[in-house]
Amino acid sequence: MTAVDVSPLAPQAAAENPQKFRKNGKRRFGADAAGIIIALIVAFPLFWMVLSALKPKTALDAGDAAPFTLEPSLDSFGRVLGVNNFGQYFLNSVIVALVVVVLSTILAFLAAVALTRYNFKMRTKLLIIILVSQMVPVEALTIPLFFLLRNAGEAIPLVGLNQLGSLVLVHVGFSIPFAIWMLRGFVAAVPVEVEEAARLDGAGSFRFVRSILFPLVAPGVVACSVFSFISTWNDFLFAKTFIISAQENQTLPMALLTFFKPDQNDWGAIMAGSVIMTIPVLIFFVSVQRKLVSGLAGAVKG
Amino acid sequence: MTALTPVLPEAPHEGTPRKGTTTAARASRRRGRLEPWLYLAPAFIVLIALLGYPIFQLINVSLYDYRQAQVSGKAPLKFVGLENYQKLFADPQFWTVLGNTVVFATACVVFTLLVGSSLAVLATRLRPWVRSLLFVVSLGAWATPAVTGSAVWLFLFDPTLGLVNKTLVAIGLTQFQGYSWTYDKWSAFGLVASEVVWCSFPFVLVTVYAGIQAIPTEVIEAARIDGASMPRIARSIMLPMLRPIVIVVTIQSIIWNFKIFSQIYIMTNGGGIAGQNLVLNVYGYQQAFAASLYGLGSALGVIMTALLMVITLVYLRILKRTGEAL
Repeated sequence: MTAVDVSPLAPQAAAENPQKFRKNGKRRFGADAAGIIIALIVAFPLFWMVLSALKPKTALDAGDAAPFTLEPSLDSFGRVLGVNNFGQYFLNSVIVALVVVVLSTILAFLAAVALTRYNFKMRTKLLIIILVSQMVPVEALTIPLFFLLRNAGEAIPLVGLNQLGSLVLVHVGFSIPFAIWMLRGFVAAVPVEVEEAARLDGAGSFRFVRSILFPLVAPGVVACSVFSFISTWNDFLFAKTFIISAQENQTLPMALLTFFKPDQNDWGAIMAGSVIMTIPVLIFFVSVQRKLVSGLAGAVKG
Repeated sequence: MTALTPVLPEAPHEGTPRKGTTTAARASRRRGRLEPWLYLAPAFIVLIALLGYPIFQLINVSLYDYRQAQVSGKAPLKFVGLENYQKLFADPQFWTVLGNTVVFATACVVFTLLVGSSLAVLATRLRPWVRSLLFVVSLGAWATPAVTGSAVWLFLFDPTLGLVNKTLVAIGLTQFQGYSWTYDKWSAFGLVASEVVWCSFPFVLVTVYAGIQAIPTEVIEAARIDGASMPRIARSIMLPMLRPIVIVVTIQSIIWNFKIFSQIYIMTNGGGIAGQNLVLNVYGYQQAFAASLYGLGSALGVIMTALLMVITLVYLRILKRTGEAL
């Protein structure tokens, strides 16, 4: 199958795809107006997050007589960065997310190669297993994983409780099924002729996969990695459960939760921390969005 | 460990052949039998260790009386069979939580699909720059981490400092002065559901939009020439063509929304006033880690897994019926 390029952000795509519904200009004006209003509503929470993060604490605590005025202040960011090793937490989150992305993507890519470019008896069964394994609620596995990691930690360094490695392990495990599912389309789209040509030139199977196939599907691989990145970056359940006593190995979401206090939430700090936490994901998302959209379309069509 | 059993290199492919199959068939004719297993092994070792084994253990622990004393080895392990399950089924709170989960998750799914698909249809009628704007802000909502999204929504709806109450009071609705949105059970669920829909509709929007774009224009044009009305085209041509996509998106939404944890945990402060906003997995987590009832918590996990497995099987059934190959 080939992924259709349906990038919403490419102007030429609109030119190639004539409007399928347009009846007349008047109707279109109404649609555009609705589109703009909806876009503003969707964007509002993010706008509010940034605006509130840039206010002085006094303005927020006093309940903001004029909520939309802004006297820019880095007051809240200062409190966030100054409290609870925030920098360390940020670094931990980045390390865990990047290691998970690299490991899960490589493993999923190799598995996708086997499942799309080879024909063997178990193939369909394995695909079903992979699909089903996506449906297991990860929260339910917190309990057995807790015990597994506790025991593993005694035998293997770096993967026990309170170690960043424990978070890496569980997220790699949970990212792989969806990554395989999405990568299949990209791997299958490489024509078999490319492979035959490579073999004629004397490339072995592994050589072909490493030097030809991987570079060809690299954009798709990057797009798929966004999902592993997000699920790892967002997680606070495992961080909360597995990192019990080693404060220095905590991750970003847990840092944010420290500013929640019953009836006296430090909203300025929470908003500033939220901005810091959202920016890396936004950057990642926007940079791969074109590939992501075509990948999604391909993954869904299977 | 993956057993390296010899397999027939030319096994008949079950299901409808698709493009990739011919590629695979042609390519695998000249290669060893063990090769695919070498590529599969790393991923499957990880999956077996971190998914397969924990699932087995989850079922195992749910059959024992497993509490703090047993964890620290002060008391012997006691096999209790299905007692944990009997306890749950006899507990009215379990049924309340199950009901909460079904109602809340279903509402999230329905609204996510409605908003996402309506906007996908709207997107096809927009000027390119408006469409781009809509997609950019939607990607922004999608990329927002659950923790931060929950925080912002909670702040917007804060009783005294939130913008929503202030605006309502400013336009004369003084009863919203200091009104708590999380005090009432269903108003709290509604608030969480709004946040969930806000961050999950973009997936539906992007996927369904891609599906609409993939419908060949010629088909629509031909129908128009034959005199079909727009609603008729939507019903008889576009919907059937979009069906596989809609099914996948629906199932994905069901799976994700039944598993919602972070939003409930943060926005209702761990399950709401007196646990009124508990859903299955937050409840299971609390039973296990707050009350140290690991056996009971595991049983809740098994019940939830079983629920989702049933949904998965239904999904595969539907896929088979629509003739979609895996």
